[in-house]
Amino acid sequence: MKKEFNTIANLVEKKSKVLDVGCGDGELMKYINENITNDIRGLEISKSNVQKCVAKGLTVIEGDAEKDLKQFPKSSFDYVILSQTLQAFLDPENVISELLRVGKKAIVTIPNFGYWKVRLHLLFRGTMPITKDLPNEWYNTPNLHMCTIKDFVNYCNKKNIKINSKNLSYKNLFSQLGIFVIEK
Amino acid sequence: MNDIEKVKKLIIDKPLKLDCGQTISNFPLAYETYGKLNDKKDNAILAFHALTGDQFASGVNPITNKEGWWNYLIGPDKAIDTKKYFVICANVIGGCMGSYGPSNINPKTNKNFGTEFPVITINDMVNAQYHLLEFFKIKKLFSVLGGSMGGMQVLQFISNFPDKSETAIPIACTYSHSAQNIALNELGRQSIMADHNWANGFYEDNNKSPAKGLAVARMAAHITYLSKKGLQEKFGRKLQERDDLKFGFDADFQIESYLRHQGSVFVDRFDANSYLYITRAMDYFDLSKQFDGNLSKAFEKTNTKFFIISFTSDWLYPTSENREIVIALNSIGKDVGFAEITSDKGHDSFLLDIPDFLNTIKNFLNTSYNKKNEKRI
Repeated sequence: MKKEFNTIANLVEKKSKVLDVGCGDGELMKYINENITNDIRGLEISKSNVQKCVAKGLTVIEGDAEKDLKQFPKSSFDYVILSQTLQAFLDPENVISELLRVGKKAIVTIPNFGYWKVRLHLLFRGTMPITKDLPNEWYNTPNLHMCTIKDFVNYCNKKNIKINSKNLSYKNLFSQLGIFVIEK
Repeated sequence: MNDIEKVKKLIIDKPLKLDCGQTISNFPLAYETYGKLNDKKDNAILAFHALTGDQFASGVNPITNKEGWWNYLIGPDKAIDTKKYFVICANVIGGCMGSYGPSNINPKTNKNFGTEFPVITINDMVNAQYHLLEFFKIKKLFSVLGGSMGGMQVLQFISNFPDKSETAIPIACTYSHSAQNIALNELGRQSIMADHNWANGFYEDNNKSPAKGLAVARMAAHITYLSKKGLQEKFGRKLQERDDLKFGFDADFQIESYLRHQGSVFVDRFDANSYLYITRAMDYFDLSKQFDGNLSKAFEKTNTKFFIISFTSDWLYPTSENREIVIALNSIGKDVGFAEITSDKGHDSFLLDIPDFLNTIKNFLNTSYNKKNEKRI
């Protein structure tokens, strides 16, 4: 299990209703389902991942977050989780607004392009950074919209989205991953 | 016909008011069961059959001596393990495997009903089958499932009896029969009616059967159950036991021979009038119309856990139509899972040995059953 799953799961209140958008093979859902709340379901685009979720006994809906979030009514979940997929959407702005419509709160994680190793990689090597959280080359990366923790916080502030931005400069330099709880 | 008289039947004495306005009572509902109902009576699954199915879902059909139509799915150690679950399957009313249908005797005339049998609907079918719950003293089913017309029955059952099943699995179906669906069914019906032997539906009086018309109906329908790619891969332009074209209208191509065979074996096991009645029931099916055009309303009262399944190459009841049901459930916050299974086999996929499909059902049912029992502890 990925390290951040524990951190994400701890942000979810017990017995709340949760939607995991882009739930992948269901590892995070499974952890939350077993430890925090069993009122959880996932939305996943990949058929092989859908089968992996079904094999774990999880409720999963095969679908595309960019198109299928609109079928859920306003505030129908206590938490909507988007773990490391925001940067892969064609229209992340629309996805964020849909997350905040469907969920009372949204938990969003992003790979931080402002992490010091990423910065040094670009500064000294002059090539697109490759790290543990950004393992792909520029020509095969699924990431279309990379941002830094600071970019994301600035965006939320601009859009009047509530976000925790304590120790921003420090986090922007030293965190590989940004984990945020946002709400309207 | 004598064999059919031997199948298990529940005689429903309570009057059933049909959608067409007529009331039927004291009518037979033929059924079969697999596995054992446990002491808690919480392991029962009601499976609904499709247009040409019957109650013999698993094992060997004693009338046709062929494998049950859902033998890949249901049986000991199969995806729906009958060592664990108790599966009930009934022949729909209007059918021809022992349930009340057009080949029954009309007490008013002492002849077969023929086309004097009342037109029935999907709603009538599930209302009749509901009596099986009372008969087995089952307060709540563990699951209802079915593909194609069976899936329509699943949707109607949950809508009619919102607290009577823990889970529901509609497969490769639709909530509203489309113009294309109706058109294809009409083609089959017209083919039967065009057969001189049909005699306005009273062919049994003449001891003749509209076998040719029914065979053509089956051939046309069979094409709709397969995909273009599946047909091309299996048959292509391969010739039937000949080296070259014969410049005639014999079955030169394997696909022709295959369809003729499908038609001819079908007429041995199916009644032409039942084909008319059941296709009509499908055409009349529009669950949203029963709720002022709002499909979500059909499921407002239920807490049943749904899992909906479609197939990539099914053009008869395509993924988009199955997804409409998912959307209707999600829009009112109901518990629903959905998977589109990859298959080149077209609509027929739900009857075939497709591991992802069988596993999806197995995993969904087993986890739901375990969860239900955890809750109780």
